[in-house]
Amino acid sequence: MARTLIHAPKTARPGEIIELRATIAHPMETGLRSDDQGRPVPRNILTHFECHYNGQRVFGALLYAAVAANPYLAFHLRAQASGTITLTWHGDFGFKQTESLALQVA
Amino acid sequence: MTAPVHRPQPNPQPQHRRRLLGAGAGAMLAISLRPASAQTTLNGLLTDQALEPELREAIRGFAGHVLPLKGRVTLDVAPLVENGNGVPITVRAQSPMTPADHVTEIVLFNERNPHRDLARFEFTPASGKAEASARVRLATTQHLVALARMSDGSIWQHTVEVIVTLAACLE
Repeated sequence: MARTLIHAPKTARPGEIIELRATIAHPMETGLRSDDQGRPVPRNILTHFECHYNGQRVFGALLYAAVAANPYLAFHLRAQASGTITLTWHGDFGFKQTESLALQVA
Repeated sequence: MTAPVHRPQPNPQPQHRRRLLGAGAGAMLAISLRPASAQTTLNGLLTDQALEPELREAIRGFAGHVLPLKGRVTLDVAPLVENGNGVPITVRAQSPMTPADHVTEIVLFNERNPHRDLARFEFTPASGKAEASARVRLATTQHLVALARMSDGSIWQHTVEVIVTLAACLE
């Protein structure tokens, strides 16, 4: 499990647009470098990211080798009902990590 | 006393000028009929001539036959970057983000990295706001392009130049 750091409000008013910020520890190895023996280092990046809010996909991102190590993403969603926000990162070599957080809308 | 009479001589000049005018009109027509790849400043369309062919190809690959327009999308990045290994970027597009009128995606391309893609963000009306931030690597001083696709199919472009003093992609 990679370490993640997620900033999101715990409560929101209905209709309020909230900002989510998330960082995940990942080398984002480009596949363009060589190790000290001259062998190419295989690509190991996060390829895409998704945010679901109460089961609905509200935001997605495709990441490429140009994204810096320990990818940081900030985006928004419109608070509608109390529930769960899940953030999922997918990457090379079957990497997949999901983090969930609760949002109270009142 | 007879003043020298100016006799009109057959002069090739006017005809030459007329030919030139005709050629000019032909050139204007050629400009307006050029394909989407060769964009002009006519009608608020973009001047892409300064961009590398590979980047123009990437833009064409995203936009298809739609001609990107200037405006509505903003790519926010520092004009002078000291360290290309983690350059904060923010893209935002002006949109009410309703089911009828929203931004579906914003794509970011670069000019001089090993690959043209930087990142791609997908929005829905539930995003509330077409704005996203990330940190990217930049190999060198170059142009960056943000393209936003709206739910009506229109595409909006913003091009910025970034000066990078310490490049990424160097050991």
